[in-house]
Amino acid sequence: MSATAVHSLWTTAGGMASAAPAEKFKAPVIEYTQLTPVLIVIGVAVVGVLVEAFVPRRARYYTQVFLAVVALAAAFAAVVGLAAGGYGTTKAHIAAMGAIAIDGPTLFLQGTILLTALVAVFTFAERRLDPASHGNQVDSFAAQAASVPGSDSEKAAVRAGFTTTEVFPLVLFSVAGMLVFPAANDLLTLFVALEVFSLPLYLLCAVARRKRLMSQEAAVKYFLLGAFSSAFLLFGIALLYGYAGSVSYAAIAHVVDGSVTQIDPALADTMGNDALLLIGGAMILTGLLFKVGAVPFHMWTPDVYQGAPTPVTGFMAAATKVAAFGALLRLLYVVLPGLAWDWRPVMWAVAIVTMLGGAIVAITQTDIKRLLAYSSIAHAGFILAGVIATTPDGISSVLFYLGAYSFVTVGAFAVVTLVRDAGGEATHLSKWAGLGRRSPLVAAVFAVFLLAFAGIPLTSGFAGKFAVFKAAAEGGAGGLVVVGVISSAIAAFFYIRVIVLMFFSEPKADGPTVAVPSPLTMTTIAVGVAVTLVLGLAPQYFLDLAGQAGVFVR
Amino acid sequence: MENLIALLVAAPLLGAAVLLCGGRRLDRAGHWLGTLLAAASFVIGVVLFLDMLGKGAEDRTLHQKLFSWIPVEGFQADVAFQLDQLSMTFVLLITGVGTLIHIYSIGYMAHDERRRRFFGYLNLFLAAMLILVIADNYLLLYVGWEGVGLASYLLIGFWQHKPSAATAAKKAFLVNRVGDMGLSIAIMLMFTTFGTFAFGPVLEATGQTSEGKLTAIGLMLLLAACGKSAQVPLQSWLGDAMEGPTPVSALIHAATMVTAGVYLIVRSGAIFNAAPDAQLVVVVVGAVTLLFGAIVGCAKDDIKKALAGSTMSQIGYMILAAGLGPIGYVFAIMHLVTHGFFKAGLFLGAGSVMHGMNDEVDMRKFGGLRKYMPVTFITFGLGYLAIIGFPGLSGFFSKDKIIEAAFAKGGTEGWILGAVTLLGAAITAFYMTRVMLLTFFGEKRWQPDAEGHEPHPHESPKSMTIPMIVLAFGSVFAGGFFSIGDRFLNWLEPVTGHSHGHAPVSATTVTAATMVVLVIGVAIAWAMYGRKPVPVVAPRGSLLTRAARRDLLQDDFNHVVLVRGGEHLTRSLVYVDHTLVDGVVNGTAASMGGLSGRLRKLQNGYARSYAVSMFGGTAVLIAATLLMRAV
Repeated sequence: MSATAVHSLWTTAGGMASAAPAEKFKAPVIEYTQLTPVLIVIGVAVVGVLVEAFVPRRARYYTQVFLAVVALAAAFAAVVGLAAGGYGTTKAHIAAMGAIAIDGPTLFLQGTILLTALVAVFTFAERRLDPASHGNQVDSFAAQAASVPGSDSEKAAVRAGFTTTEVFPLVLFSVAGMLVFPAANDLLTLFVALEVFSLPLYLLCAVARRKRLMSQEAAVKYFLLGAFSSAFLLFGIALLYGYAGSVSYAAIAHVVDGSVTQIDPALADTMGNDALLLIGGAMILTGLLFKVGAVPFHMWTPDVYQGAPTPVTGFMAAATKVAAFGALLRLLYVVLPGLAWDWRPVMWAVAIVTMLGGAIVAITQTDIKRLLAYSSIAHAGFILAGVIATTPDGISSVLFYLGAYSFVTVGAFAVVTLVRDAGGEATHLSKWAGLGRRSPLVAAVFAVFLLAFAGIPLTSGFAGKFAVFKAAAEGGAGGLVVVGVISSAIAAFFYIRVIVLMFFSEPKADGPTVAVPSPLTMTTIAVGVAVTLVLGLAPQYFLDLAGQAGVFVR
Repeated sequence: MENLIALLVAAPLLGAAVLLCGGRRLDRAGHWLGTLLAAASFVIGVVLFLDMLGKGAEDRTLHQKLFSWIPVEGFQADVAFQLDQLSMTFVLLITGVGTLIHIYSIGYMAHDERRRRFFGYLNLFLAAMLILVIADNYLLLYVGWEGVGLASYLLIGFWQHKPSAATAAKKAFLVNRVGDMGLSIAIMLMFTTFGTFAFGPVLEATGQTSEGKLTAIGLMLLLAACGKSAQVPLQSWLGDAMEGPTPVSALIHAATMVTAGVYLIVRSGAIFNAAPDAQLVVVVVGAVTLLFGAIVGCAKDDIKKALAGSTMSQIGYMILAAGLGPIGYVFAIMHLVTHGFFKAGLFLGAGSVMHGMNDEVDMRKFGGLRKYMPVTFITFGLGYLAIIGFPGLSGFFSKDKIIEAAFAKGGTEGWILGAVTLLGAAITAFYMTRVMLLTFFGEKRWQPDAEGHEPHPHESPKSMTIPMIVLAFGSVFAGGFFSIGDRFLNWLEPVTGHSHGHAPVSATTVTAATMVVLVIGVAIAWAMYGRKPVPVVAPRGSLLTRAARRDLLQDDFNHVVLVRGGEHLTRSLVYVDHTLVDGVVNGTAASMGGLSGRLRKLQNGYARSYAVSMFGGTAVLIAATLLMRAV
């Protein structure tokens, strides 16, 4: 059989050259209108690259910020338009020849990613926090990323007032990848999207203006480990292809269910071999769990969060998590529901060690960015609890949690950029002592974010955690909820400790100052606080929205 | 007509809001506004009363539902009012006496710079008290109950610059909390037993409920009544509450609020009727308090505290009557109303005396005031005659009925209760005669006050004397008006029910006995305080006198038993908290911290060890997945 297949391939190639019958070639059907969010972002990103090449240096910053904001806003409008057109509910379907799923979760997560990216871009564009160097306003990014730290070329670049405006197209590329990631409906699209959003992030991590060596170290670590995890993912894809004879989610799901109709003769030997399925599935899970930062694939998180420029950290912590959990949900709910009995116990264990590990190690952290990194690990564990529920409520609670969490995160990191001393951001916790006495407003805002992280009622964190734990308990994961509540209690300790430190400790004489930001960062923080409180006080509308969006198309 | 009921409450509530939020702009007119709104409430009450009189006895009850308060599945509470004959009686008493005392306060508080606030609090009290008596369910009654407690607290401590007043307010509040706890538990029990709080369904369902549950509810209601009405064992706050301005003592701590306990028991009559054990406890509490208050009243030299003892004792009569069941309900309320008149009048008289004597309260420093304050003397004298039960005056009728009802209880109980009430009547006659003699008769024993001002006793202004005169009319005629033709009995019977019992002795015999003990009491008082001069400094006195001066050691008892016991309890709890609880908590925290310190060492900064962790993790993941399938 396989011999004929090879033979026919060869003959077809010969035949193509002569006279290919017209009906044998089908032009792919691409629903461009439904892909507009992605297309807008990626198109403007390309324009951004051209801007770097052709627009004079002085005008680049303003052009790039304008383009990025307009692109993200327009893409968000497109998402809203699609949702209003019923593509999230009644018209949900598989688009682009089976590569992209347009459904409720896709649109909800794309909207969340775009809004998060929009407010995060404001912090990217912030130029008032660092003191002007040589008469030029500067942002958080290196003058010239390619110059060696401490070298003459770096000094020359700083003196010339260069700024790395490439960060804006990079963010747009990354966002484009993230938009596709949760929508990917076959494994190859999944992998391409993963690389599209990861590679710009590696670069972004490396371009901090201050502490450049640390930033570059973080980027290298992130890149190495990211490449490692991509390898696992890719290997897993290969194994699953061997198992199912297809990379399409639907086709794999059919094979898993045993409802497959035709068997590709080339794969008859391996097809339906459960070992391939289990090993391949576990390896793909590894790749995704790396991105969400679950224990034991979390170890890059603290180093990268600490080293990356803080605006990038905020963006990455929020948006990556949204995209990666979206892809994880689709994988588990669409491709592997037939395998739930196999992956659920394993994910149970991962969720438990993630919640406990993140919360426990965070206790002894002394750097605010590392503290938030461990906090994000613990939160990944809480979200996993909702993923494991495998009920419609599980999907909608995870969607809600992701929306709530991403705004708190962007807001919290935006506050971190404000607290500065001579060496840039003062991230050591001891310097935050007494901040509440000096800058009550900033400290109060940060306290709101911390309370939301801790899941205190009247904040979005409580509503999200409640929804996730409720879904998990009803989905038969009561034990997980108990562990989750215990971890929350442990986590509350270090969140509240920061609040105590800010409000009940004497300020230090050489303590940091709080820089007055431009309206850009203020907008980011204000949106963060507003979303946190609105989702905390009146969550029902958004829970309903997530509930409506929480159906995957297959 | 129903729609008027809410206005009863709305008028004083509006007054309270305006006066308390209005600020200093209202300082000049605030007291008029407060008085006007109290009077408006009284007028509405009278209109409703006349309307009620025009109807047959069976359809006099009015209902008004304002809104659904707590509309939850299985837990319905409405803000709704019910106005029947019992509520009507209270409405008229509260708004009527309340309005008179507002008028009196205009003169009495004329020189107080916080007068506006005082009237705001008085209006707040009226609104809360009205809610208490016209609520149609126990939960709303509780709102009024707490509201009068708040107003009482604010008014006792009105002169908060005096530490004694601030302490007294706090004491009243705390002691009342104990009683309020009883009420809230009773309401919870009602909800679990009957599934509702509304008077109608609850009181109708008593027939189908076990006696044990009803006894529990009854005892909790009694605890509430003890707190609010200063009955043993929660009586200790009332004497100290006399630190408040005298109009407050008259309105809240004599005529109205302290009688709320009696209202509660009479209103819940169906529950007590079906729970004889609870009823017996009610009677015992009433009887004990009756004697307790009377004995304390005999020893006090402070005119207001003597009257406060008397109030306790008289409310003891009412509670006792209410505990007798249908034999006594009507007479409890009747005595409550007549007592409202004469005790308010007596307090206003006392206030008038203080007003003329530089705020002196020690009766040993009064004497011979009848010539200087004729109106006060006459009105106070009429109140005195009414309270001791002088034939023909209000107290004679109402107290006599209670004594008869006590005998009519029957059996040994009846004899004991009858004897106690008679003894109480004798002591009442004694201590009230003592107050009268010390204040208005005998030699002048006036002393200059702390700043050396000689007192110049004088009659009080019209705004004060007119309310006293009106109340004196009530003290004289109300009892007779109620009793002739059993008017009051016929009026209340549809609500409370009535039975005559089996009196072992005839009514005439009881009346004769009452007269005898009355004469004995007055005669002893005359012999001790009328015939011979009264020393300005109180003699040491007998053991009983000294104990009575200290309120029969109630505070000492509370201190030794409750305060000391409480301190020991807290200390041991603190010890447990510090060692056991904190030990566990700190131990957990320390072990978590240690674990955290060890785990963070895994994060060594080397990408290679991170990669190993990932590799190992994946291996475990794959192994576990395969293992799951194998198992």
